[in-house]
Amino acid sequence: MVDVKKIDDVIWEIPKSGKMNVSARVYASDALMKNMKLDKTLSQVSNVACLPGIVKHSYAMPDAHQGYGFSIGGVAAFSVEDGVISPGGVGYDINCGVRLIRTDLKKEDFDKKKVNLLNEIVNNVPAGLGKKAKLRFSRDELSEIMSKGVRWAIDNGFGWKGDEKRLEENGCMKSADLNCVSDNAFKRGMPQIGSLGSGNHFLEIQSVDEIFDENTAKVYGLTEPGQVVIMVHSGSRGLGHQIASDYLRSMEKKYGIAGLPDRELINAPFLSDLGQEYYGAMSAAANYAWVNRQMMAYWIRESFSKVFGADARELGMEIVYDVAHNIAKRETHTVDGEKMDVVVHRKGATRSFAPGRIEVPEIYRAVGQPVLLPGSMGTSSYVLSGTEKAMEVSFGSTAHGAGRVMSRFAAVKKFRGERVKQELEAKGITVRAASWKGLSEEAPQVYKDVDEVVRVSDAAGIGKLVAKVKPLGVLKG
Amino acid sequence: MKKYDFLPHTADAKFVAYGKTCDEAFANCAVAMFSVMVVPETVKPKIKKLLKIEAEDLESLVYDWLEHLLVLLDSENFILSSVGRIVISKIDEGYLLDAEFTGDTISDDYDILGFVKAVTYNDMEIKEKDGVWHITVVVDR
Repeated sequence: MVDVKKIDDVIWEIPKSGKMNVSARVYASDALMKNMKLDKTLSQVSNVACLPGIVKHSYAMPDAHQGYGFSIGGVAAFSVEDGVISPGGVGYDINCGVRLIRTDLKKEDFDKKKVNLLNEIVNNVPAGLGKKAKLRFSRDELSEIMSKGVRWAIDNGFGWKGDEKRLEENGCMKSADLNCVSDNAFKRGMPQIGSLGSGNHFLEIQSVDEIFDENTAKVYGLTEPGQVVIMVHSGSRGLGHQIASDYLRSMEKKYGIAGLPDRELINAPFLSDLGQEYYGAMSAAANYAWVNRQMMAYWIRESFSKVFGADARELGMEIVYDVAHNIAKRETHTVDGEKMDVVVHRKGATRSFAPGRIEVPEIYRAVGQPVLLPGSMGTSSYVLSGTEKAMEVSFGSTAHGAGRVMSRFAAVKKFRGERVKQELEAKGITVRAASWKGLSEEAPQVYKDVDEVVRVSDAAGIGKLVAKVKPLGVLKG
Repeated sequence: MKKYDFLPHTADAKFVAYGKTCDEAFANCAVAMFSVMVVPETVKPKIKKLLKIEAEDLESLVYDWLEHLLVLLDSENFILSSVGRIVISKIDEGYLLDAEFTGDTISDDYDILGFVKAVTYNDMEIKEKDGVWHITVVVDR
């Protein structure tokens, strides 16, 4: 049993003990903490605190739940000089993330065209197992995708000039190094470019439900309740999974697993050859994921344009933002009054950078970066903004969405896909799924309450509430 | 003897594969993993594949074996029908796996039940008890 002490309403501490180099900090309400105690979340957060070069604390965000090695919803910063990088601290789905696209359309416009629109999107965006991507790309093209990121997509007609300015990292981590990407990763990546994937990934048409911060919402292009927006939740597909596995295996071959509390905590010194190679390959996978979401955004714009008979620009389909919630990044933070270079691992956690940070796109720099928190299928999602407080207390990080509380295995037993569909449709949400079983696995009841996760983020000051959006139509992988 | 059982797990699929020998348990691991996605018994043995891999210990051999099958799934849409021959032998620096297996390409003929993204070491366990090998694996979905 992990000893966890309540500090205030939404902050908990696991004091340093045993091999921990630092204490752990958990952002949770009583209700969320109760769930965290049910699985290995807290011991996983403590294990991360044992890794070399960890700075300040090992953190758990409000949606934290059990993962492999590191918990999901975990944040850890390691010193660049004498800290480590760990594939398990990023996750298998490198740059799994969320993109939000705005429109000038109203819910009533969607209602009139919803069947056509969803059919059009289903036809355009490949989803599910074994569904080939719409276009085939060569190995050389894949190389360009991984090195140039979204710039490649825009140069090749899959986006508007300026789209890149509305993405985390401008849709390209310059640290990408193709020489560090294995042949198997290339093989898995080539057929899947521009596909949604499966599991918890989805594409959702939503409408703005409530605006909490009018000024910031306006800056983000969210103007009033009823406005239609589109959310895409997807990652780097098999390519990212392969890179995670490749480096997990080469790190354990090189450094051995003796002394690790969990094999999935394997790591390498950040500045070692292997550490740098993983960072280069991870960055390449991150760029691939941004291009993936860019391609889907392109097809979504095309689908809307066709169904509504107007150019996507006339429909106001600007990208709001795109966040990576499984990633490690070299960043500069102020630690105990001193500037420090650290490698921040966010696994199931979103960057939440404050107003003024150079990494925040110019158009948003006065209000802080948009933070996109998807709910589960059929429940609300949220837009938050990055805060100064997050810079101070969580290395500029907050939650990433609704954490899972029921196993997929249990979910399939409990919820039949057809019934899940009926229930959602009764709430006025149209659903398309690549597999019925997949639909039951993602039934809204299997997730933690996203409303509570967002409330705690806001209360802890690590992500400020801006707007709530609710689903109108869902396409699930 | 049963080939495998699925166990409860919060986020993902956890199974234990059985075998009278280590070889047989390795084969059943592969069948169990594919049973998350399709009904392996219905998959036609149209394509034959050969594989030889080495790893430093049995755990990493399970990891690499299953991952190799996922590479085939993602790159060639290959789904497993059955493992015809599999031999695991001790070598100087670990273990060698030599296998021959069959399967088909995903098509509309097959019902897709779910998905596997990656193999993990989470809760992995390999043990022999009363003459039966047990291999426990969690796969990420």
